[in-house]
Parts: sequence; C-alpha cells; structure tokens
Amino acid sequence: MSHHIIKAENIHFSYPDGTKAINGISFEIHHGESVGIIGPNGAGKSTLILQLNGFLLPTSGSFNIGGTPVTQKTKTEIRRHVGLVFQNPDDQLFMPTVFDDVAFGPLNLGLSPEAVEIKVEESLRIVGCLELKSRPSHHLSLGQKRAVSIATILAMEPDILVMDEPSSFLDNHSRREIINLLRKFHHTKIIVSHDLDLIMDVCERCIILNDGRVQADGTTKDMLLNKTLLEKNKLELPLSLQNK
Amino acid sequence: MSFNQSEFFDLGYLDYLSYKDTFIHRLDPRAKFIVTLVFIFMVISFPKHEISGLIPFLIFPVILVALADIPIKIILKKLIVVSPFALMVGIFNPMLDRKILISLFGIGISGGWISYLSIIIKFILTISSALILIATTSFPGICMAMENLGMPNIFILQLMFIYRYIFILGEEVVRTNNARELRSFGKKGYEILTAGNILGSLLLRTIDRSERIYQAMCARGFNGKINLFKKSRFLLKDFLYIILLSGFFIFLRLFPLSQFIGKMFI
Repeated sequence: MSHHIIKAENIHFSYPDGTKAINGISFEIHHGESVGIIGPNGAGKSTLILQLNGFLLPTSGSFNIGGTPVTQKTKTEIRRHVGLVFQNPDDQLFMPTVFDDVAFGPLNLGLSPEAVEIKVEESLRIVGCLELKSRPSHHLSLGQKRAVSIATILAMEPDILVMDEPSSFLDNHSRREIINLLRKFHHTKIIVSHDLDLIMDVCERCIILNDGRVQADGTTKDMLLNKTLLEKNKLELPLSLQNK
Repeated sequence: MSFNQSEFFDLGYLDYLSYKDTFIHRLDPRAKFIVTLVFIFMVISFPKHEISGLIPFLIFPVILVALADIPIKIILKKLIVVSPFALMVGIFNPMLDRKILISLFGIGISGGWISYLSIIIKFILTISSALILIATTSFPGICMAMENLGMPNIFILQLMFIYRYIFILGEEVVRTNNARELRSFGKKGYEILTAGNILGSLLLRTIDRSERIYQAMCARGFNGKINLFKKSRFLLKDFLYIILLSGFFIFLRLFPLSQFIGKMFI
C-alpha cells in the first residue's frame, strides 16, 4: 500500500430497517489530499465514514483503499491504515489513563514495551499533551480530550486520517488549536464537519453530500463561495465570508 | 453541574485523593495491595470472641490516614454508609449466645455481646483499610497490581471500564434528572413511571455508547484481548513495606500485645 488512493465506486447502503442512507456515491481521493465532506443532517456523512473503516459494508458498490477492497476479511488490515477519530472523545478514550489509552493501539500492533513508550510520548508531544500522560481521562477538559483522541490515532501511524466533527464541543481557543494541529499533518485527511470555516482552513478539496449522493466535488474555495450551491444543499456560506 | 463534585456518591472524591503525592501514594500499588490483603486476612482470622487482640490493629489505618494526608471525615462517613450491613449481620448474636463470659462492675456481659462487638471492630478495620487503599492508590494502579498478581485479564478489564465510564454515566444521570426536575414543578404522582422511562432511556443510551466504544476499540486494532502496558517500578522500599508491615501484622496476630502491655502496668 504505497499509494493511498481511496476509491469509492457507486456505493449504495441501506440500514437493516430499510432506511436508504447512501444512494450511489463515487469519488477518488489521492495521496496527501485533504478533503472536507459537508452536507446537512442525514446526508449520509457518518454512514460514509463508518464504511471507510469497514464497520459498515456497502450494500452494493465497493470501496478500495490503497488497492485493497474493504471487505469483511480485509477490514483489520484496512484499520491499520485508516485512523478514525470519533465525534465524542468520551467514546474514543476508553482506558483509565491517558497513557494507557494512547498505548492501546501500538500494543495491539504488537510493538515492544519500549517502542510503545516512545510512540506514546511522541504522539502526545505532537498534540501538546505530554504533561497529561498519567492523568485519568475523566479529569481532562474537552479540548484536552479531543487532542488526546487524535494522539491515540497518531500513535497507530495511519496513512489516512478520518475525523468526524473535530471541532464539536470545543470553545474558540481549543478549536483554533485543533485547526492548527490538523494543518500540520501531512496525512491524507478526510474531515466530516458542519464547521465550514474549519473546512476552509484545513481542506483544499470539498465534497458536498445530500440525500446520500455527491452533489458537488471540487476545490473548497469554489464550493464554499458558491452561495446558490450551498443553499440548495441546506448549507450556508462560512461565517467568515458572510457580510462581505 | 459536575458529577465529580456531586454528593451522589463521593466516588470522585476518593478518586481525587488517590492522585495526591505522599510517601504512601508513591509506594508501588502491588505493595499496598498485598499489605492490605495480609492485614484483612489477619483481622478476620481472629476467633469470634476476640476483642483485645484486635485493638492494636487500629494503628494501621490511623497511621496511614495521617501519613497519606486523607481527611478522616471521609473515611468515617463511608464507614457509616456501609455499617448497616455489619450491624445486621451480628444483630441476633446477643440473643443466641446468652452465656455470661465476663462481668464488668457487677454487670454480666454475655458472649453474644462480645462477639457482636468483635464483628463491628473487624468491620471497621477491614473496611477502613480497603477505603484507605482506594484513597491512596489510583484505581488503574490497583487494577494493574491485581493483574500482576494473577487476576484474570477479563475481570481487570471489567473493572477498568466501570471506572472509566461510571463518571460519565453519573453525569448523564445528573443531567437527565435535572431535565426532569426542571419540568416537573415539584409535582409528584407520576414519579415511578418517569423513573422507569428515565432508566429505560439511560439503558438505551448506554447500549448505543458501548457500540461506539467497541467501534473505537476496533479502529485501533482490538482483536479480542486487551494488552495492558506493564509499568514495573518495584523498589526496595516497596519490598520493605511489605515485609515490615506483614511481619508486624502476623506478630500482632500471634502475640497478644494488649495483654502484654496491660500486665506491664499491673
């Protein structure tokens, strides 16, 4: 897997109760790209994210990540390369202390204790939370929890970072810090968010989803400046561009 | 409103105490765990009419509370909370065992009262030492100690998940209850029904959450077994702590110190 191309081909997905969440999505994301996925509630964004990691498998169509199709068999392999940061850090951080949490992934990858320790410290240093190492997760602020969540994924050394609403629950300052952090990463990034300003700052490409379909796919600048396109898909201009 | 400060069950406070930094806190969790076990085992191994032999054991919780800088009030408060259990266990002893064993100032005291008192002293000793263990050792530390001492991994994980999520569940309960109170205007009547609904929705939310946690675990390579990171820093002082204190407790168990001190003064 040297070229981490993510390729979705005509994905359809319906939940067991019959709700159609995705009705034919196709896109291709190349190595090192950072792509924002936006759309109104119920557009299929979260469903799409869960499919990238094999938690849900498409009813028809196929996902291909770095040449490997996402199937029941390959999903463990896929998860090594695709790091998924969930929306709620309390779901993401399930171990009693910050250290244990960040060490969870590397230990599962079979690293030696010394290597795990180095990896944990390195990941925590990147997100600026090294001093929280021995703290229990429930003593952290939400901003810290979010940063540590990202560290838990970084410690796995994924090639592709997938994030669900990285700025939710955060105050302005913590949000800005997360944005700065994301801009530093050179991974392939897929970010799902309602925070269009964050998408503007972090992603150069943007995909608009609505009704389980790709409504538009192009550079972020073109898309987020296009008021008619946004309003057609129940979105608004990013706050920083309003009243200008 | 934060659950940690709530009065619901001071769990947060004991947890907060366990992150202090004193000599006792710095000892290896395994040392403290073993010493507490030895202590409890020695205390409960006394025969049922023993009182004088138990008294010197009080020195252990007293010294630990002082050294570890734990407010004695919190330990006493918790003792009272669990006390009904111990009080009920021995409540029929005075009626069943009426044989006079000793008489004080002309009043005969039956064996039942003495064994009842013995149960209560044992209760105070064991529960306070367990509480002090929790207040001086972080919960993950205790889990790690138990895992090192051979407790099966699956039990450790259950404990660790309970510890991680009880605070979150508690906060959720507090929030839900606030929302209920906000719209119930002091009314009573449907309370039982509402409580049922609240419990039901909490259960559903917990199941949803567990699903998401499981996904988060899988996303990081979970394959059925959780590997714990072993931080081993068992030092000479930990070793000495075990040897000295365990030795002291065994000595107290075998040698009637109270009687000896009593004889010195008579």
